[in-house]
Amino acid sequence: MAQILSADARTRAQRRVRWELLVGLVRKDLKVKYQGSVLGFLWSLANPLMLLIVYSFVFQVVLNNGIPKFGIFLLSGLLVWNLFTGSVSFATDAVVGNSGLVKKVRFPLNVLPLTPVGFNLVHFGLQLLVLVIVMLVMGFTYFLGWGLLLAIPATVVALLLTVGLSFLVAALNVRYRDTKHLVEVALMAGFWVNPIVYTLSQVQPHLHGWHEWAYFLNPMAGVVVTMQRAFYADDAVANGKPVLADPGYTYYLERLAIGAVVSALLLWLGLRVYRRLSADFAEEL
Amino acid sequence: MSDIAIHANEVSKRFMVHTERATSFKERIVRHRQAAQEFYALRDVSVEIERGTTVGLIGPNGSGKSTLLKILAGILQPTSGSVSANGRIASLLELGAGFNGELTGRENVYLNAALLGLSRRETDRLFDAIVDFSELEEFIDNPVKHYSSGMYVRLGFSVAVHVDPDILLVDEVLAVGDEHFARKCLAKIAEFQSEQRTILFVTHGLGQVEQICNRAIVLDHGRLQFDGDPEFATEELRKILGTDKPIERPDIVPDDSLSFGKVIFSATPGGEPQTEFRAGEPLAIRVPVHLTQRWVDTIDSAHAVVMGVGDLPIWIMNATKADLPRHSGEWMLDFVVPHLPPIRGRFVVAVQLSTADNEPIAATRTGHAFRAEAGHTDGLMRVEYQIHSAEGVIA
Repeated sequence: MAQILSADARTRAQRRVRWELLVGLVRKDLKVKYQGSVLGFLWSLANPLMLLIVYSFVFQVVLNNGIPKFGIFLLSGLLVWNLFTGSVSFATDAVVGNSGLVKKVRFPLNVLPLTPVGFNLVHFGLQLLVLVIVMLVMGFTYFLGWGLLLAIPATVVALLLTVGLSFLVAALNVRYRDTKHLVEVALMAGFWVNPIVYTLSQVQPHLHGWHEWAYFLNPMAGVVVTMQRAFYADDAVANGKPVLADPGYTYYLERLAIGAVVSALLLWLGLRVYRRLSADFAEEL
Repeated sequence: MSDIAIHANEVSKRFMVHTERATSFKERIVRHRQAAQEFYALRDVSVEIERGTTVGLIGPNGSGKSTLLKILAGILQPTSGSVSANGRIASLLELGAGFNGELTGRENVYLNAALLGLSRRETDRLFDAIVDFSELEEFIDNPVKHYSSGMYVRLGFSVAVHVDPDILLVDEVLAVGDEHFARKCLAKIAEFQSEQRTILFVTHGLGQVEQICNRAIVLDHGRLQFDGDPEFATEELRKILGTDKPIERPDIVPDDSLSFGKVIFSATPGGEPQTEFRAGEPLAIRVPVHLTQRWVDTIDSAHAVVMGVGDLPIWIMNATKADLPRHSGEWMLDFVVPHLPPIRGRFVVAVQLSTADNEPIAATRTGHAFRAEAGHTDGLMRVEYQIHSAEGVIA
C-alpha cells in the first residue's frame, strides 16, 4: 500500500504531479489544435505573418512612418504581445470551458488558467526562434550582443502579468460571463495603447514628467519596448527621432521594474481572487 | 492511520436557486437584491465511516446523495459543518470525465491519471494493468472519439481503480457496461474490500446494497434517515419510496362468477390478522373465494405458494378435491402451518385454483407481505449443523 513519505517528500511529489498535469494539459491542447492539419505548427506563424504583411502595407506604404526594417520592429513587440493577449483571452474560458471536469473530478484547479499560458509560451518560443532564424538568414546580426539578454527580464515580467491576469479573469468569468467580453475589448485597446506598431519616441513628446512613469505602470509598455531593444536593436532613425527609446540597458530595466511591481500586485490579487472563488466553481458552473 | 476513514460532522449544503440569476455586472447593479430561493440539499448530516467498510448511500432521487459524495470528494464545499478524510480519495463521479475525443486511449490514460493525481512514472508502471483491465489493447492507440460508450466507460473505470485509493467514492457507475464488465467491476470492489479499503457508493440497486455493503445510509430530503444494517436500510428506503408493499396485481379470474377476497395472515384460522411471525409459531393463511356451482364442480385442487424476494418459491401447499368445500357461495380456504420453519424475510403468497387436468382457472396474490423472524442474522434459514475437523490429506 501507500509508502510512508516524509511531509517534505510528499509535498515535492505533489508538486511534481501538478507540474506533470500542467504539461500534460498543454500537450493535449497543442495536439488537439494541430490534429489532422497538414501544416500543423506552421499555422501558428500565419497570424503574425498576416499582421506583418497588413501592417507593413498600412504603416510603411500608406502612412509612411519611416521606420526602417519595420517588419522586425513590429514582430519584436508583437510576439510578446501575442503571448500576453493569447493567454489572457484563452484563460477567460479556462474554468468555464472545463466545467465537466471541474464538476466531476477533484484535481488542482490552479492548472486551469496556467494551461493557456503554457500553450502560448510554447508558440512564443517557437515564433521567436523563427524570427531569429529569419533575421540571421537575412544577414541582420547586429542584435547579437548583451542587449539580447534584456529579453529575459522582459519575458519574466510579461509572464508575471499574464499569469496574474489569467487567474483573475478565469475566476471572474465563472460568475460574470461578461468578463469575457470586457477582456476582448480591453485587449483590443491594449494593442493600440502599447507602442507595437509605432515607436515609443512618437509617444514621448506627449508624456511630461511623471506622465512617463505613469505610462509605464502598464507593464506591457515596458515589456514591449524592451523586446524591441533586444531584437530590433538598431540605432535607426525615423522622422528625425531614434526608433529605440534608449540605446542603453538601465532605461529598460527601470521601466521593467515598475512593470514587475504592478505585475506582482496583479498576480497576488489574481491568485487571491481565484483561490476565494474556486471553492464554489463546481457549484456556479 | 486512524481507523476512521471518513468523518462528516453536521454537514449542511445550501444551494441558492436563482430564479433569475445575475450573470452579468449589469444585472448585479440593476437588481441589488437578487431573487433567490434557498434550497438545502443536505441538512446536518453526520457520518463516521471506519476504514475497510463498504457503505451504500441510498435515497430517492434528489435526496442529496450525490451532493454528499461531492462534498466528501472535495468538489463541493459544505455550507456549514466539516468533513475530513483519512487517506487518498479517488472519486468516480463520472467515468472518463476529462477524456478528450481527439486523443488516443493511451494519451487519455496518462492525462486522466494525472488528473487523478498519479505521476507519470506511476502511470508508466500501471499502464499495462490499466489497459489489461479495460480489455482495450487493440484500440488503445485509436482516438477515443471512435470508442463506443461502453469502451469509454471501461477505460475510465480502469484508470480510476488503478489510482490506488484508500477511499473510493462511486456514483452510480457500476450500472454501465455489459454484464461481463459489470462483474469485473464487482470483483474489483471485492478485491478492494479484502484490502481493507473504504468504499462509499451511491446506487439505486438495492439488491446490490444488500449484497456487497456492510452498512447503508439512507438520505431523504437532505436528512439522514437511517444508518446501519443494509437490509433494514433498504426496507427503510422502500418505506420512503412507498415500494415496501408488493406490487399489487389484479386477480386472474375467468369471469364475475368467481372472485377472491383479501388473503389474511394470522396465528389461527379466523384469528386477528398479523404480519409478524416467529419461527415455531403457527401461521394461518386464509383465502376467501366466492364462486358458483359451475366452478365448484370444475375446481379440483388449490395451491398456495409462499414466495420470498424475487418471487422465489419457498414452499408450496397443495389442497386436493377432498380438502375443498362442495358448496357454492363463499369458501374460506385455510392453509395452516403449525410451526413456522426457522426462516427470516418477507414473504408473499400466491394462490391458484386448478382443474383435474391441472389447468389453472383462477389465481390471486397477496398485496401485502408477512415477515418471519427466526433470530439469526445471516442467510435465509437457520439450520442445525455440526462441525467436525480432523487432520487429513487433501487428495
